[in-house]
Amino acid sequence: MRHLLSISDLSKVEAISILDTASELARVSDGAVKKLPTLRGRTIVNLFAEDSTRTRISFEAAAKRLSADVINFSAKGSSLSKGESLKDTAMTLQAMGADAVVIRHSASGAAQRLADNQWMSGSVVNAGDGTHEHPSQALLDAFTIRKHLGKGGSDLSGLSVAIVGDVLHSRVARSNVLLLSLLGAKVVLVAPPTLLPIGIENWPATVSYDFDAVVPHVDVVMMLRVQQERMTDLFFPSAREYSRYYGLNAERMSAMKQGAIVMHPGPMNRGLEISAEVADSARSVITEQVTNGVSVRMAILYVLLAGGALEAGSN
Amino acid sequence: MVCIHGGTVIGYDMARMRNPQPAMRDASIAPASFNDPSREVGKEIYMSVALSAQDISRALTRISHEILEKNQGSSNIVLLGIPTRGAHLAARISGIIKDIEGVEVPTGTLDITLFRDDLRMRPPRAIMPTKIPTSGIEDRDVVLIDDVLYSGRTIRSALDALGEIGRPRTVQLAALVDRGHRELPIKADFVGKNLPTSKSQSVKVLLAEIDGRDEVSIEEEAQ
Repeated sequence: MRHLLSISDLSKVEAISILDTASELARVSDGAVKKLPTLRGRTIVNLFAEDSTRTRISFEAAAKRLSADVINFSAKGSSLSKGESLKDTAMTLQAMGADAVVIRHSASGAAQRLADNQWMSGSVVNAGDGTHEHPSQALLDAFTIRKHLGKGGSDLSGLSVAIVGDVLHSRVARSNVLLLSLLGAKVVLVAPPTLLPIGIENWPATVSYDFDAVVPHVDVVMMLRVQQERMTDLFFPSAREYSRYYGLNAERMSAMKQGAIVMHPGPMNRGLEISAEVADSARSVITEQVTNGVSVRMAILYVLLAGGALEAGSN
Repeated sequence: MVCIHGGTVIGYDMARMRNPQPAMRDASIAPASFNDPSREVGKEIYMSVALSAQDISRALTRISHEILEKNQGSSNIVLLGIPTRGAHLAARISGIIKDIEGVEVPTGTLDITLFRDDLRMRPPRAIMPTKIPTSGIEDRDVVLIDDVLYSGRTIRSALDALGEIGRPRTVQLAALVDRGHRELPIKADFVGKNLPTSKSQSVKVLLAEIDGRDEVSIEEEAQ
């Protein structure tokens, strides 16, 4: 494995090995000394052409715990905002000797483009590209689900997960549908018809417009952020109506199965897709997702970078 | 010790040379051309058994006694096996010590993958579990246990890994097989068997917990 661009590139065995690696690495994050020498001397560039809090900090913490050198690079305050192309930016990074680039970009396929062209020789990690994919988020979600509800096995078979909300604009939903179904979970997408993409019938998931009918039957309710910044159209009549039909409030939460958990990839619109009461409840594992994100991203960087020339030569 | 094929003998143990009985291997591991002369030559593997199941069991019993002798009892000892096979050896030694002393010695595993200095030379390896006994290693006599001591690099990594966990009073090393060719100034305190080998040979340790039977053998690919 040289790049992590999309969950569809992963086999079930690879996905499980990343999760297993992450659970071993999680011990490091629990220990007194949060540092391993594994990636000493490697340079990882965080190239964030779109805003991010969790993902960027998480990748930075992961790289630092493995002793890699981290260069942070965001669109604001760099030449990207002067209109420098992705190609020129990539060639600059290559000239500086980056071993890996973690890229977040508003254009779907930006990571793929970076990996496919010979602009740079390092690994490319997709940290979210437009409305396409966000594989590291899906891996940390799967890790969190397995930790809480895994039935002893290494995969997620026997579990059902509802992904609720703005599926149309959500790269988190795309990656999660692919990964959770790969790991054997049943996925149901819940959204108003306007917020479901064309071709949804080909996804390995079922679709429902009725949140209340789904809530009592699933082990995980994963809420998605309503991505107002990507909405160029009117997708629902009002925020209040959306919240009424597709928001997770205390009343809906009380209908959930015993032991079922609430997830949200963040950032949350409190009061829109999730009420503050639910977000801060005991069922919510939202802050734990952030903690697990560091371990999972350490595992991703380990798998991509710890191996040597043999691996880099392939692909 | 017997040569499986051709005329070459890997000689290192004169006692076994005189008693070739345990070395005749099951046909499944014998060289391909042993059964089928038409198979391509050059992939043949000569192998000889260095330690039988009984030898391994005796060696572990002796090592257990030596550990107790050197540390004057088991009160301050922590056993840490290096996965995969070292971890099973640690569990066995812990069992033997329990039989001798009647005391359960804190036993755990220490994975050293993340501390290796050759990570870049090979594809990424799976990380194995590290389980440190709840008593910790602070100010204890830690005995590292591995199956084969070769370059010494694994043990260097293990020392680094230990340093992240705590500061033991002493760190000792037990190895089932010492095959020589050290690349670092590292020496075992307890050795099951010294096996002089050449670098072209490989030492294979089989343990019942993983491989179904106990055996140490030396293999060499024929030229």
